[in-house]
Amino acid sequence: MACIEARGLRKAYGATIALDGVNLRVEEGRVLGLIGPNGAGKTTAINAILGLTPYEGELRVLGRDPWTERDQLMRDVCFIADVAVLPRWMRVSQAFDFVAGVHPRFDRAKAEAFLAKTSIRRASRVRELSKGMVTQLHLALVMAMDARLLVLDEPTLGLDILYRKQFYDSLLTDYFDGNRTIVVTTHQVEEIQHVLTDLMFIHRGRIVFGCSMEEFESCYVEVTVRPGQIAAARALKPMNERQALGRSILLFDRVDRKSLAALGDVRTPSIADLFVAVMDGQPGGAQGAAL
Amino acid sequence: MNTPSNAMRDSFSEPRAAAAAVIPPSQHFYWSVRREFWENRSLYIAPLGVGALAVAGFLIGAIHLPAKMHAASALGPMQQHALIERPYIFAELSLMGCMIVVAAFYCLDSLHGERRDRSILFWKSLPVSDVTTVLAKACIPILILPLVTFVITLATQWIMLLLNSAVLLAAGLNPSPPWTQLMWIHRSVGLLYHLMVIHGLWYAPFYGWLLLVSAWARHAAFLWAVLPPLAIGAVEKIAFNSSHFGALLQQRFAGGPEGAALGAAGMSTDPLVHINPGQFLTSPGMWLGLIVTAAFLAAAMRLRRYRDPM
Repeated sequence: MACIEARGLRKAYGATIALDGVNLRVEEGRVLGLIGPNGAGKTTAINAILGLTPYEGELRVLGRDPWTERDQLMRDVCFIADVAVLPRWMRVSQAFDFVAGVHPRFDRAKAEAFLAKTSIRRASRVRELSKGMVTQLHLALVMAMDARLLVLDEPTLGLDILYRKQFYDSLLTDYFDGNRTIVVTTHQVEEIQHVLTDLMFIHRGRIVFGCSMEEFESCYVEVTVRPGQIAAARALKPMNERQALGRSILLFDRVDRKSLAALGDVRTPSIADLFVAVMDGQPGGAQGAAL
Repeated sequence: MNTPSNAMRDSFSEPRAAAAAVIPPSQHFYWSVRREFWENRSLYIAPLGVGALAVAGFLIGAIHLPAKMHAASALGPMQQHALIERPYIFAELSLMGCMIVVAAFYCLDSLHGERRDRSILFWKSLPVSDVTTVLAKACIPILILPLVTFVITLATQWIMLLLNSAVLLAAGLNPSPPWTQLMWIHRSVGLLYHLMVIHGLWYAPFYGWLLLVSAWARHAAFLWAVLPPLAIGAVEKIAFNSSHFGALLQQRFAGGPEGAALGAAGMSTDPLVHINPGQFLTSPGMWLGLIVTAAFLAAAMRLRRYRDPM
């Protein structure tokens, strides 16, 4: 069974179309990065998946309709939006009490063990914690829920690099076990590149690109072309060409690595480079494509 | 957030069947109510404060108590009774007033505040339905706050009674009149009835309305709660030169037929004489009010489901 399956997912806010016929399928056990410029529809897509917003079209999450079955679905799904979400008046111990009271698969001992590794005190209120600590607390809660799908919407926004790195390290070592599915949106693409198994670009409410990370690594090659070879390189029809430090960097899709190696230095591109290349190909893409 | 122990990692991959117990809806409700008390400590701190003030005021007044009791012995039995009763009635009324204010502000903020600070996203990430959440919030002013007020009023009055006796004994006077003349059992039953029926059930449409506004308004929930009723009254006055809507609200606030009866009961020595629960609980006004409350709450549940956080 697919973890998330959407067909023709549409959502409009008045005249603004946030989702324009999204089709997607996420199998269980994948870590999907949903990447797009601001206003591309990432958060709307995630809200639809979590049953926070009504939509048109077909959407099943773990076999349920999220809009009509949100409360049942939330036994199997957990969610971190950004750090501002935990109620500021709540004490750490109260957060544990409440979640333990209402969530059938919350393992309090696990959450306590996770918390013990941080400097968060159980009597503190959320408003007394730093931004990074609030994320750690939320992560402690989420890690202890035995959920099948974890949705992260800009989870590390506003955190410094140490917390961001810890966040994804914990996620991989403590949480991800190959059965769980994770969907993550973020602007800090480089930091999650090693975490992902799948990649999807969303632009103007549509999925404009999708591939697995294996495909990404085998198909896409970036070549820093030696000055004399530029005409030969262009003849191989690059997806994209950019200039850096006075040299041309060309991005190729499914072109033989050996023939490219003759033209210059070959490497796997970053997700951001591919994103820019894909967005350049979109109508009106380049302007709005800053990550 | 360092390397986890192997034991911990193993426990993460255990089959989930063991933990797949279903949590009954009553438990969701219980924790939803409990969390309201964590968030809104004014629900019990405000009445406790008012009770403490009533006791403090009574203590200060107790300096003149022996002299007053001397003077009272010259009065007729009705006046004597009224004099003894006055501080206890005053404590009751202050606590009721406090409860109305606390309930109104609680309702107005409860579904608004969670959208304002976006914590609604956290609440909605847990398996608790909108129906349960809104019902838990509605039962605070309708059911729980009257009970809290009852307990605190009773405690306040008992402390006052004991202080009263102590002062009278110290002055070498007979401490029994407040104990014997005020019919404490009847008084307490009457108070509980009044709080539960008038302040809970009869006022329920007010609380339902405030919760609805709280779920609906993006800004200035207080204005949205107050202005539409005023506007309806004004339009009615201009269009038909009548004020039925205003009279309706006034009658509701005054406690309806039962409120009038209780006003009369103030004249009597026995608070239970004028109470007629059978008649009141089956009156159309009560049931219409509850139907309107249910409609407001249903709308609030729907809004909570549809509204995006601000």
